[in-house]
Amino acid sequence: MTEHPNSFRNQPDERGHFGAYGGRYVAETLMPLVLDLEREYRAAKADPAFQEQFDDLLEHYVGRPSPLYFAERLTEALGGAQVWFKREELNHTGAHKINNCIGQILLAIRMGKTRIIAETGAGQHGVATATVCARFGLPCTIFMGATDVARQQPNVFRMKLLGAEVVPVDSGAATLKDAMNEALRHWVANVHDTFYIIGTAAGPHPYPELVRDFQSVIGKEARAQMLERTGRLPDLLIAAVGGGSNAIGLFHPFLDDPDVAMIGVEAAGHGIDSGQHAASLTGGAPGVLHGNKTYLLQDEDGQIAEAHSISAGLDYPGIGPEHAWLYESGRVKYLPIGDDEALEAFQLCCRLEGIIPALESSHALAALPKLAGDYGRDQIILVNVSGRGDKDIFTVADKLGVTF
Amino acid sequence: MTRLSSAFAKPHPALVTFITAGDGDTAANLDALVEGGADVIELGMPFTDPMADGPAIQAANIRALGAGTTTAEVLRIAREFRQRHPQVPLVLMGYANPMVRRRPEWFASAAAEAGVDGVICVDIPPEEDDALGPALRAAGIAPIRLATPTTDAARLPQVLEGSAGFLYYVSVAGITGKQQAAQASIEDAVKRFKAATDLPVAVGFGVRTPKQAAAIARVADGVIVGSALVELIGTHGKDAPEHLRELTSALSGAIRTAG
Repeated sequence: MTEHPNSFRNQPDERGHFGAYGGRYVAETLMPLVLDLEREYRAAKADPAFQEQFDDLLEHYVGRPSPLYFAERLTEALGGAQVWFKREELNHTGAHKINNCIGQILLAIRMGKTRIIAETGAGQHGVATATVCARFGLPCTIFMGATDVARQQPNVFRMKLLGAEVVPVDSGAATLKDAMNEALRHWVANVHDTFYIIGTAAGPHPYPELVRDFQSVIGKEARAQMLERTGRLPDLLIAAVGGGSNAIGLFHPFLDDPDVAMIGVEAAGHGIDSGQHAASLTGGAPGVLHGNKTYLLQDEDGQIAEAHSISAGLDYPGIGPEHAWLYESGRVKYLPIGDDEALEAFQLCCRLEGIIPALESSHALAALPKLAGDYGRDQIILVNVSGRGDKDIFTVADKLGVTF
Repeated sequence: MTRLSSAFAKPHPALVTFITAGDGDTAANLDALVEGGADVIELGMPFTDPMADGPAIQAANIRALGAGTTTAEVLRIAREFRQRHPQVPLVLMGYANPMVRRRPEWFASAAAEAGVDGVICVDIPPEEDDALGPALRAAGIAPIRLATPTTDAARLPQVLEGSAGFLYYVSVAGITGKQQAAQASIEDAVKRFKAATDLPVAVGFGVRTPKQAAAIARVADGVIVGSALVELIGTHGKDAPEHLRELTSALSGAIRTAG
């Protein structure tokens, strides 16, 4: 990497900083463990047997590579650039989350850890974690805000079927941020035997780096598939950003392709001006939370604000530190998309492509009508359809005024 | 001699007491701690996401923020405490984000102006010292670091480097106010730290009773009590001062007669 000093792909530095962001802002009790994890991750990365096992599981257990798909009817309807999908919703468990969970549980086993914990918001990361724990026979505890437990009952039941213990968290607004606080509290008291599988490209170094690396399979595949199918690279990549793992996974392998533009879509909820949103870059400011320095929704005293989005997976008041850096460097643009626009895009994708996208991915799809017309018919926009929307049908039905 | 070093130069180990700013009548509660015999005051800065704290201090944070406690209010409480008690050392304890929000230099100089002697930041380890440490040192405030059961011999020098005031030994790997550490493990750890530094070593986490405080006082330079006091504020509200005075006095008496 040293021969490319101007690369966008050589972050973070040895202290885990992406420019001014990232780092290891954790209590002293966790510091030795976080340093251990980094050492173990470096060793695993250099070990061909680790990579081989990871690749094998991705192929035969997750079902990779995921297809690259030309969305013909959506392209026609939008009347601009060709729209292509990276079909992460076809993965086992229905989203990109599993890629990271496979990588992290292999690390946990390598480190001799015997228990797994994780936080979850909507339950997608909880289900993916419970899945890999079942696959490898490790006990699993999932921390989930009590509010989310109440509104995500199908996923709570899925996790239990997979053998996980689900711990409802009552503190704060009882959502994802509070689940993450509680997971950190539990971890600090059980550092000797417990591995924390963080669900997004955030948290203390080396989590943002290793989650990105595990999720980069998305962009590596997409790049090769696109070259094979069309003989060229896409002109624009679009992905939704909550913590930002599916987006960084798609973007990272393309960062040094100067002709590939990238847009991360943040959840604007009821609108940035309403104060009810989850757009940390557009509507937040730099700060420190959950182990890293990054953009946060907060007041002038540094108290963290509650996020809002129709999509539970984007409903978090922070963002991964590499996105904070890419935002400030200008390499990636970030666009806020509100609840209503995402709901429109959800329905459009169902009707035109026969694909029910997750509400998270619907935010990325909702950017298309704003952008497709700026590109010619010979140009290509690639959208990461990061998850399937079966989990969201109750939320969508409720918004559309439908009762079962 | 600084206020902090004077507190640790007394003929008995120091009693260090923690309460959260803005939780109840903080001025009256702080006065009660001093009257009861506290040697060092730790004033908690409330935060929405106190991820190293157990239920008692989490609840105190929620009460304080619910009452509208701002950073300006925390600094006002500190400044007025300093006016009433010119000699009692005062330490702010909390999480990074409220401390760095308006730039670390702003926070350090505002705290110094309010008469604060030291700052404990839970989630800035030595690796991220740049985020706050230089600003505190420039303002003459002691950056007080935490050592834990997971701080091994290889790591200890890094924790001690650049720390001042006293070394805060978090005696259990866990959150505040839960289980207590075995006395033998505390003794071993304190011995290890004393061999490596001239800083006073104070021991906290899970210390609730005069008996525990006395046992720790026999081996350490200071005993830190937080959750047990904070619980009294939660239970007794505006009547908390008399209860705080009573417990502090019992803890202080036990420490002074431990030998």
